[in-house]
Amino acid sequence: MGFSLLEGNEAMAWGAMKAGCRFFAGYPITPANTILSTMLQILPPAGGIVMQGEDEIASIGACLGASMAGFKVMTATSGPGLSLYSEHISFAIGSEIPIVIVDVQRLGPSTGSATRGADGDIQFIRWGCSGGLPVIVLAPVDVRDCFTLTMQAFNLAEEYRCPVFLASNKEIGMTKESVDMDALPLPPVLDRAAPPPGQSFLPFAVPPEGMVPYFLPIGETVPVRQTSSTHGADGYITTDYNEIAGSQERLKNKLEGAVGRFTFFDEYREEGADTLLLTYGVTARAAWEVYEERKGTDAPVSLLVLKTLWPVPEDLIREKGRGFKRVVVIEMNLGQYVREVERLLPGQKIDFLGRMDGRLITPNQIKEGVNHG
Amino acid sequence: MVSLLNQARPPVFCPGCSHDRITHALDACFQNMGLRGDQVVMVSDIGCSGLFDTFFNTHAFHGLHGRALTYATGLKLARPELNVVVTMGDGGMGIGGAHFLSACRRNLDLTLLVLNNFNFGMTGGQYSATTPAGAQVGSSFLNRLDRPLDVCELARTAGATYVTRCSSYRKDLPEEIERAIRHDGFSVLDIWGICTGRYIKKNKLTPKMIEEDLQKLQPLEGPVAGNLRKEYGRHYRETASTLKPVSPPAHIEKTCDPPGAERHEVVFLGSAGQRILTAGEILCYAGLTAGLHVTQKSEYNITVLTGPSITEVILSPGEIGYTGIQKPGVILALAQEGVVRSKGLFGTLDEGTIILKAPGVALPSTRALVREMDFKAQNIKSTDWALAGLAVLAKLNRAISPDMLQHALGLRFKEPILSSSLALVDRVEI
Repeated sequence: MGFSLLEGNEAMAWGAMKAGCRFFAGYPITPANTILSTMLQILPPAGGIVMQGEDEIASIGACLGASMAGFKVMTATSGPGLSLYSEHISFAIGSEIPIVIVDVQRLGPSTGSATRGADGDIQFIRWGCSGGLPVIVLAPVDVRDCFTLTMQAFNLAEEYRCPVFLASNKEIGMTKESVDMDALPLPPVLDRAAPPPGQSFLPFAVPPEGMVPYFLPIGETVPVRQTSSTHGADGYITTDYNEIAGSQERLKNKLEGAVGRFTFFDEYREEGADTLLLTYGVTARAAWEVYEERKGTDAPVSLLVLKTLWPVPEDLIREKGRGFKRVVVIEMNLGQYVREVERLLPGQKIDFLGRMDGRLITPNQIKEGVNHG
Repeated sequence: MVSLLNQARPPVFCPGCSHDRITHALDACFQNMGLRGDQVVMVSDIGCSGLFDTFFNTHAFHGLHGRALTYATGLKLARPELNVVVTMGDGGMGIGGAHFLSACRRNLDLTLLVLNNFNFGMTGGQYSATTPAGAQVGSSFLNRLDRPLDVCELARTAGATYVTRCSSYRKDLPEEIERAIRHDGFSVLDIWGICTGRYIKKNKLTPKMIEEDLQKLQPLEGPVAGNLRKEYGRHYRETASTLKPVSPPAHIEKTCDPPGAERHEVVFLGSAGQRILTAGEILCYAGLTAGLHVTQKSEYNITVLTGPSITEVILSPGEIGYTGIQKPGVILALAQEGVVRSKGLFGTLDEGTIILKAPGVALPSTRALVREMDFKAQNIKSTDWALAGLAVLAKLNRAISPDMLQHALGLRFKEPILSSSLALVDRVEI
């Protein structure tokens, strides 16, 4: 037993390495810089490639190229850079290119405050694409999560051939913390599936019983097509409405229908609690303090910490939220994810508690919110 | 050799379009080079030039307008053995200008064919970065106000190692493309052509006129003498292979006991250059040597060598939830900027907090215990005050013990800084 000292951004870099990441491209932006600098330290000596793109568009573009060449890839940015990623996020969704995208959120809007934390991109990450098809978004609470959820993100990107986001925050990414690295629950490393030997290959043909096309990389013996255009199984433009409809629905269902398989969360349930605190990200830490303080008192609270935000783990929220007189949704913004909770728990009292001034939500603020409901 | 043209998907250009000639010249080039489809990736983006990837039985990557070079860069870095051929129009040149400049500067072994037909063909003949000011195009009068871009001059200025300006109607175009592909570095072919669907509806342009216009310009053909240098991918791999592997963050075993069983919150309020963050990190290491959980949350200015520098450290025998400071046991007030930034902190304090204050730092009204530490009088430089503050805490056995601090310095510093830090800690008077 012993601890290592590292910040969330460093943990993401090491988690990526452990998951098999071999290509990283990014553009300097606070508070995500130390992901780029840590990747630069660890990846090139290990045979991987790190690029500092001329801008965010180039950085994620290079990642898409390298991913199609068969590499596991990651990029990292903050809100202003995420805005520039948009066209390539849409590309990765529609053309099923595995990529891990880190958003170390800072206070917006726009350039906002570079060195202040926020969770203001939670709906933006989900909807910042053309076409509106789903993405996977995982939200770490602490440095441990930064390591393990990064590994999970790579696995999900490989398994579902899609962009997977890590919604971090300056207050996790740039906060150092003691972590027992030997005690981390690490998942097995997964790789994108190649077609069974001898089987003919089409770049977007889905195996029977499956939802995700087999993958062959650009650069090996079978020529592979990739395109951002609306395409059929062969990777050429299609104008067949039925084929288009089938493919769009598959892109939606392959993630929304599978979220139960990757619904990460922490639950702290107290007998007799009539209030549920529901939160995610760094705010979960303040909420946990309140839960701990109230535990065993005559006014206990329960706590649900979501670590999979998108697709919305609807079954989990319905199941865990049921029966509470009151659900308090706490977010480091002016109310974003609360919309999802409201639609899932109709008829229940849902209160929102938020802050958007670059400071952490404090345990005291949560206690006041709970007391004055 | 076998043609790589996709017989199932013949080119679909407007009759007379010069892109058609380039398609066949490229195929002839692939045949002359004896390339198989799996040895080539065609990378394209938007516009008529973006149709090229579908005409060849090769690897193909088609993406967003002006971004072809970004994908090509990732593909080539990942698969150095691939022949990466990029087609872009004059439209893509404009919107992808930053990528073009970077590709020229980087010198990764990509071949860029700029299919330059002086307007946006697909969207209605609007003006592009290369439309002549005198042309009549689909953007009303706007092209008359802009100066057209000389793709080749730009490439040369930006450091491209191979630049050729030529006509689509050139007889030896396959050989010209082959020379560009064989060049070990980034090569740019600015290939002038005729857009029959749009541009020549209102502008007269013939192969002869293109040839005459090209004659008027300074010829650019092939390697650019002053720019020649090592190919980027090879250079990258060579350099990376000399780097030493980096170890993961060190695992720190408990080697001593903390002074007590309490949780401690310590706030450093200083200014940039006072090594505030380093001192916070040392305090964290001190905690780790005593088996404590620690967090360090810092507040940064966007400025680097000026402005406040603040760091907040929690040492706790149990798990740490909230990483903010709720009830600091110790505040090191080392510079006015840091105190001003955190002025809200002081009103809620009581005698449970000790403030170690540098002379001249004015504090807001507070009930905390204030102890002035005149490190300057002890001949300690301002850059070492934060470390000196830790020495005071260790000597008071407050939050950390002298053993913890000594071990922490050993973890954080190497010689000769380690010895000088230990000496400094030793001579601090309380």
